Amino acid sequence: MLKIEGIRKIFGKGTINEKLAIDDLNLTAEAGDFITIIGSNGAGKSTLMNCISGVYGVDAGKILLDGKDITRQAEYKRSKYIGRVFQDPLKGTAFDMTIEENLAIASGKGKSLGLQLGLTRKEREFFRERLALLDMGLENRMKQKSKLLSGGQRQALTLFMAVISGPKLLLLDEHTAALDPGAAKKVLALTDEFSKSSGLCTLMITHNMKAALGHGNRTILMNDGQIVMDLFGEERKNMTVDRLVAQFEIENDRMLL
Amino acid sequence: MTIDAILGSVELGLIYSILALGVFLSFRTLNTPDLTVDGSIVTGMAASAMVCSAGGNPCLALLAAFLVGCLAGSVTALLNTKLGIQPLLAGILVMLGSYSVNLRIMGGKSNIAIIKADTVYKSFQEAVPTEYSSLILGLIILIAVTAAFYYFLRTRLGFALRATGDNEDMVRASGINSNAMRLIGLALSNGMVGFAGGLLAQYQSVADAGMGVGMVVIGLASVIIGEAVFGTRSLLRRLIAVSLGAILYRIVIAFAFNLGMPSTDLKLVSAVIVTIALSTGMMGEKFSLPALIRKGGGKNA
Repeated sequence: MLKIEGIRKIFGKGTINEKLAIDDLNLTAEAGDFITIIGSNGAGKSTLMNCISGVYGVDAGKILLDGKDITRQAEYKRSKYIGRVFQDPLKGTAFDMTIEENLAIASGKGKSLGLQLGLTRKEREFFRERLALLDMGLENRMKQKSKLLSGGQRQALTLFMAVISGPKLLLLDEHTAALDPGAAKKVLALTDEFSKSSGLCTLMITHNMKAALGHGNRTILMNDGQIVMDLFGEERKNMTVDRLVAQFEIENDRMLL
Repeated sequence: MTIDAILGSVELGLIYSILALGVFLSFRTLNTPDLTVDGSIVTGMAASAMVCSAGGNPCLALLAAFLVGCLAGSVTALLNTKLGIQPLLAGILVMLGSYSVNLRIMGGKSNIAIIKADTVYKSFQEAVPTEYSSLILGLIILIAVTAAFYYFLRTRLGFALRATGDNEDMVRASGINSNAMRLIGLALSNGMVGFAGGLLAQYQSVADAGMGVGMVVIGLASVIIGEAVFGTRSLLRRLIAVSLGAILYRIVIAFAFNLGMPSTDLKLVSAVIVTIALSTGMMGEKFSLPALIRKGGGKNA
């Protein structure tokens, strides 16, 4: 499914501020995988996601999605197979457009942009049905502008938009970090639900160790642009939050030394 | 003030409404301050006047005006997206360069009179011989343009364009080429401006290379006045408000002239109106000065 082969990303190449953000990183993920990614600030987690989604080009290595080399593909082109939710709830929707218009853009991913109506009655019905599943009352507010939504509602909507067109890969960059605990819980529950869609592979960055172990089937710890721990199967089942935090600190200390 | 003077203002206002809709598309929908307008309106005038004076079909002249306007907008968009020049500066460059292009279109003359040539206004006058014929024609054209524009903004392409102005990150994450949207948006915006210029040349029976100065500010003033007076609740209402704003603006200016304001002060008055509107946040926070400076130096390059 997702195969990352020896990618490297250097910021400010050739300047005194040169920073090796991703260092010869390899990762293979299968369809159905839900991988949580942890690591301290500056470990390269977001950079990894931005390299996968094409916001940044990589300096070396390859990224393959379903056997197809997307390393040099433009960000908007590979977005057709990749759903994304950002940390900032404002980044996920067009604020001056209505909820249904936002959904229409998201569900039209990959279709050609023509002069046909952006929103048909049939689509509207479909959105209403699906929105009801979020259980947030959004199905009755479809004609409201998305700027009127709360952070939690907006993040739930963004998550919904990210999966509505059936992507192969779902990238979540601390998507609950800006939410209150209740909203975060709700969005995480939705994440669990959506991640079960057939053939979807989910990567989720989080700073919450409990969430990192409590969701998904695999956890990776990043440090200094590399994957330093990869937990799955029995080993992951036996891992506790305390031990994970301890491990996290060892890696952190190692970096500081 | 005479009825004739008011009638004339409204006739002119109907043409400026199309300019205002074009400015609305770049400033509001795409969220990009585009100064190309000062150049593209004259390019439209020049193309329209040249086709008419060569004995061409006046409708064809309007089409030519639209297309050259699109071209000017495309150049601005390409300078921005391909060469990474800030939108504000890209617009200024095209505005400057187009001055020479406009003079070339007009055969090196700064002024082309088309008094004897056929225009849409004269043809319509012949078909509908009333003193209101210019008013009726202007209204028909404006309604057609507004309807087409409204439909366009509700198409899949229109959605993508509006979202690009709102949130470019989201647009790219939705698999849409935001640079292509900027290109289409600015081309269409200046196409409408060029069309308005073409219509203006035929209405006044003259094209003048110096007429573009301050047109973007007039367009902006119309958008601001329209939205403030007539409301922004729905998209259609907003478009109608912008059109009415342009007409209201012309009427206010006509009154000011009538009260003895010298016509040479027109540009100063326009600038003051827009300054007041911008500083009081009537354009929304996005267009307050600090926000514009941030934007100009930021990610849009």
